[in-house]
Amino acid sequence: MIYLDYASTTPIDPIIIKHLSSYFSNFANTSSLHQSGQKAKKILEKNRKNIAKFIKADPSEIIFTSSATESNNTVLKGIAFANKNKGNHIIISSIEHDCILNSADWLKTQGFKITKIPVDKFGRVNPSDVKKSITKKTILVSIMHANNEIGTIEPIEEIGKICCKLNIYFHTDASQTFGKIPINVKKMNIDLLTASSHKVYGPKGIALLYIKKGTNITPLLHGGGHENTLRSSTVNLPLVSAFAKTATIRHSELVSESQRLFKLRHHLIKNILKKIPNSHLNGHLKFSLPNIASFRFDNVEGESILLKLDQLGIAVSTGSACSSNNLKPSHVLLACGLKPSQTHGSIRISFGRWTTKKEINYLIKVLPKIIKDLRRLSPF
Amino acid sequence: MYSKKVLDHFQNPRNRGQIKNPDGIGKVGNIVCGDVMYLYIKIAKNKKNQPIIKDIKFQTLGCAAAIANSSIITELAKNKTVNQALKINKSTIVKSLGGLPPIKIHCSLLAIDAFAQAVYDYLSKSNQKIPEKLIKIHQRIEKEQSLNL
Ligand code: FES
Repeated sequence: MIYLDYASTTPIDPIIIKHLSSYFSNFANTSSLHQSGQKAKKILEKNRKNIAKFIKADPSEIIFTSSATESNNTVLKGIAFANKNKGNHIIISSIEHDCILNSADWLKTQGFKITKIPVDKFGRVNPSDVKKSITKKTILVSIMHANNEIGTIEPIEEIGKICCKLNIYFHTDASQTFGKIPINVKKMNIDLLTASSHKVYGPKGIALLYIKKGTNITPLLHGGGHENTLRSSTVNLPLVSAFAKTATIRHSELVSESQRLFKLRHHLIKNILKKIPNSHLNGHLKFSLPNIASFRFDNVEGESILLKLDQLGIAVSTGSACSSNNLKPSHVLLACGLKPSQTHGSIRISFGRWTTKKEINYLIKVLPKIIKDLRRLSPF
Repeated sequence: MYSKKVLDHFQNPRNRGQIKNPDGIGKVGNIVCGDVMYLYIKIAKNKKNQPIIKDIKFQTLGCAAAIANSSIITELAKNKTVNQALKINKSTIVKSLGGLPPIKIHCSLLAIDAFAQAVYDYLSKSNQKIPEKLIKIHQRIEKEQSLNL
């Protein structure tokens, strides 16, 4: 199989798989006072320290959670409820992941006001739109670092600056960027940040949330007071170890790997746009993750493209309404100003650590014929 | 997610394309997800002098289910009398395809609508009496299509 759906989830790094059984042999509860408990606690803190440095945070500012969805829910609900005496207004972008959008929608039912910032046709938020939307009641701004469907990178450093000046919490969902492009929470003025293990060749079920010291936030899970009382649950040390390990490997090769992927992306885009008539790139050519390229093809439907590729052993994803479980087009593509009919024929190619140029070339070879065949079926 | 039969019709669609000078055309769009289906029919008479679907072809812009549904309805309708062919319904189609995911059932309704429109077009162009039931179906489709635009 040629796997080109890395933005949805990634294969686990074989090095991690090799270490997994040793990680799982440390079974003790990190809260126990006996020797094995204390040993586990030590490993946990070492991993925390390790992972914190990749985003230039203090180890005490990192908590481990079960998923990016949990981290994002914790941020929206936890900041909202802890700061509701200060205000009830939250700003997000219109292209956030569902776990932000749906948390925000739920907060509306609890009396909070939500502003969704629009994006331009490349999927970029304009920082001045954020600035204009801020009111005396604003308590949180949450804008993703890069979009998962089209790869566009948001100007979070500028947005961070604005929020910092006005003393408003700034959160960024870095699920797609952590381990792929550099992050510096200090320089970028980030108060809260979400990152996930399974997007960077680690196991599922483990993620992190960076919470800047002094941030006023309420936990989602109450219990034994783990993770600095911010996330009760017995710590899943084996998965934390795996997450820290994969983060370490990613950061050791971050520059070389992102350069390699950027070249692949460029090669892919250039050839697809050249070889397939009436094809378009969604997202931005330059302000983009190195590993996501989203295309759309006029007068073809995305699920059909996906299935034809699947028959040839190539795995991709699509933003077509036909393939979503509510039969609605992708909210990201609509936010970029596309008409529903334009979003219809979109597919996302996302690649990573084990993608070769040969695989990309195979895609470039077979895709034009697939599009041509499907267009021959179409009345237009 | 899809049955073997659906995938087969998707990969190897039967009767695709256009008919030159068709006796009837049915053009429908899908309100739900924006797909488009055109059905063309050519009519002949059988020995009993009943009109039959001599030839039928389709053009579809849509998901795999929409393509498979178009393909199967052409297969089911071909060489049947017009009256028999009008009896093809959702369950005939779904059964012939070895099942459809629930969320894709509307794609089979689209194919049935396209066929009904093609027959309506044929009957009205040839100044024949149109059954009451077909008129009703036609009116419903026209109403839905106008909402679509
Ligand atoms: S035509 Fe869109 S779901 Fe089948």
